[in-house]
Amino acid sequence: MAATTETIAQVEQATGKYKYGFVTDIESDKAPKGLNEDIVRFISAKKEEPEWMLEWRLKAFRRWLTMTAPDWAKLDIPPIDYQDSYYYSAPKQAEKLKSLDEVDPELLATYEKLGIPLNEQKMLANVAVDAVFDSVSVATTFREELSKAGVIFCPISEAIRDYPELVQRYMGSVIPVGDNYFAALNSAVFTDGSFVYIPKGVRCPMELSTYFRINEQNTGQFERTLIIAEDESYVSYLEGCTAPQRDENQLHAAVVELVAMTDAEIKYSTVQNWYPGDENGKGGIYNFVTKRGVCRGDRSKISWTQVETGSAITWKYPSCVLRGKDSVGEFYSVALTNNMQQADTGTKMIHIGEGSRSTIISKGISAGKSQNCYRGLVHMHPTAENARNFTQCDSLLVGDKCGAHTVPYIVSRNPSAKIEHEATTSRISEDQLFYCLQRGIGEEDAVSLIVNGFCKEVMKELPMEFAVEAQKLIGISLEGSVG
Amino acid sequence: MTALLEIRDLHASVGDKPILKGINLTINTGEVHAIMGPNGSGKSTMSYVLAGRDGYKVTGGDILMKGESLLEMEPDERARAGMFLAFQYPVELPGVGGMSFLRAAVNARRVEAGEEEIDQLGFVKIVREKAKLLGISDDMLKRAVNVGFSGGEKKRYEILQMALLEPSMAVLDETDSGLDVDALRIVSEGVNLLRDPGRAMLVITHYQRLLNHIVPDQVHILAGGKIRKSGGKELALEVEESGYAGIDDAA
Ligand SMILES: Nc1ncnc2c1ncn2[C@@H]1O[C@H](COP(=O)(O)OP(=O)(O)OP(=O)(O)O)[C@@H](O)[C@H]1O
Ligand SMILES: [Mg+2]
Repeated sequence: MAATTETIAQVEQATGKYKYGFVTDIESDKAPKGLNEDIVRFISAKKEEPEWMLEWRLKAFRRWLTMTAPDWAKLDIPPIDYQDSYYYSAPKQAEKLKSLDEVDPELLATYEKLGIPLNEQKMLANVAVDAVFDSVSVATTFREELSKAGVIFCPISEAIRDYPELVQRYMGSVIPVGDNYFAALNSAVFTDGSFVYIPKGVRCPMELSTYFRINEQNTGQFERTLIIAEDESYVSYLEGCTAPQRDENQLHAAVVELVAMTDAEIKYSTVQNWYPGDENGKGGIYNFVTKRGVCRGDRSKISWTQVETGSAITWKYPSCVLRGKDSVGEFYSVALTNNMQQADTGTKMIHIGEGSRSTIISKGISAGKSQNCYRGLVHMHPTAENARNFTQCDSLLVGDKCGAHTVPYIVSRNPSAKIEHEATTSRISEDQLFYCLQRGIGEEDAVSLIVNGFCKEVMKELPMEFAVEAQKLIGISLEGSVG
Repeated sequence: MTALLEIRDLHASVGDKPILKGINLTINTGEVHAIMGPNGSGKSTMSYVLAGRDGYKVTGGDILMKGESLLEMEPDERARAGMFLAFQYPVELPGVGGMSFLRAAVNARRVEAGEEEIDQLGFVKIVREKAKLLGISDDMLKRAVNVGFSGGEKKRYEILQMALLEPSMAVLDETDSGLDVDALRIVSEGVNLLRDPGRAMLVITHYQRLLNHIVPDQVHILAGGKIRKSGGKELALEVEESGYAGIDDAA
């Protein structure tokens, strides 16, 4: 495959500083600025939602009004004016499309710049793509093949209309509307996202993939994803994110809920490359995301893998609630910050089930003047007989103006539970750098090689297609961090 | 005969400490020179100075490769210009796959020369061939660079890199140390295969026996940051017999 043979140098050459800094000029249809009950009603009406959905949103909105933004993270968040943003923005021609041919060519060109030519992916990569352009799902491929297997993969707005029982049963069951400030906001104004349902005994025949992209200026993106894996089913879901370069900050507050039944497995991978702002910290996405999965059934498994290179500020803790007996939770994370970026990210492993096991591997890389914090909770409930956790948090510093922090919380209410925690902090050693330079490898490429080596344990958890992209991203994101 | 490497009255310090105190040495194309000298005499320092390592400061003199001064060049530029150093202590790069590392190195050079980058498949074939000659197993090639390699394996891996990069000036810093007899023979054969009219080598060693395998054109004794004596390969035998005691420190 061509992509795999591309070298970091080539990519850097081809892409420059921020690969995705372009704006697509498509007339968009947006709600007036600001946030109030009318906007919530507007969104619901635009989406032709049933009454129960509107009620659910309004309940969330009222709840949100009573809440305050969390301030416990090691983040310096400038005040956000929620009234100075658009909450609904859809590409103009968003009527239902039967095939890709009907999609606005300019939109398709955008996807191509993003490196996801849908047509090609259809044939080559065997990946079904549900692309979210700003707020509305534009094209969904592979529907047919999936539906033959009984798999439902569609925009969540469609699911609300077509599968109301499933949505009503599960939406908010993992992350209740009032879970936290940003989740409540999302519940009130979410505009789109994906819905996945894997029936009993089905191994999803392909990897499912969604590309999110914020295009419209001043629009928050509030997507919402719900994945349900019935007994003995399996699904691997890939999420990629990019946003164009802008001077203003943009808010992204997504919610992702996963439900795994008995013997089911969900693998959720993210490569997040939202615009991080410039060298001086101007612009960039605020990525305040709530992701949680519940292992309801015995022996069920949920695995989160994330590569976070973008965003000005990241506030994100993909978590697992391990209810089932012998259920398994995994969190593999690479968080890279450069320039003025701030990241506070980690996971929560809540052990309730007997014999439940969790693994946390976190690799934090800080460069420039950035701050990178791992924050994680391992909670062993009294019922978690013989539960186990292994946590490894490694931090790598590039330069001497950045910071790395590790904040592990451990609560153990069951004496038979075992918790292991290992943490290291290191710098790129001069020895290693010189060794690479002496072989003729340029300094930035050398740093990229060494950092990618540092992340290897996490990268190998990513599906092949994603791993290649993630590797390149790490090289690009480190640009300007040395020398 | 043209000079490939010319070291002229080279002075260098590490930190504030002067280590090299006026080295003069000329190596012509096609030649192999050996450097011997007591521990701490500045042999590795000299190799680092040639390669341009950070922290090794040239305080006087010049280094010319193919007639051009290296002093203003970064280490990676020197490497791409043909300078290669086989490290006395090769460095481990955890998680960095050997194949991608080797390919990055080879491609950096090719890009500089305006050549096509080599693709993965073609490259793997070339590496396998060269590795076989050096007794390097496929398993070793699959591992991270130098991680978990034995001392001798690391040295062989250095020579493999030299074979792939085809440098014009190769400095081998104690490549023989830590090698068993068989490995010494294999590595020496590998090095001899790379002897070439267009290439020069500087072999740093403590042992005369290496020079039975890699026969040098000249031998130099470095002590106290200066070259104290130069001669033919018989000088190595002399050292072997009577040590460095006879070398005049004050020369
Ligand atoms: N980073 C450093 N800081 C201070 N002194 C140094 C440093 N590196 C080398 N030296 C000193 O420079 C001198 C020469 O060291 P060098 O490693 O070049 O010796 P060598 O001839 O290669 O010895 P050996 O045969 O043991 O390998 C030694 O006295 C050493 O302690
Ligand atoms: Mg030495």
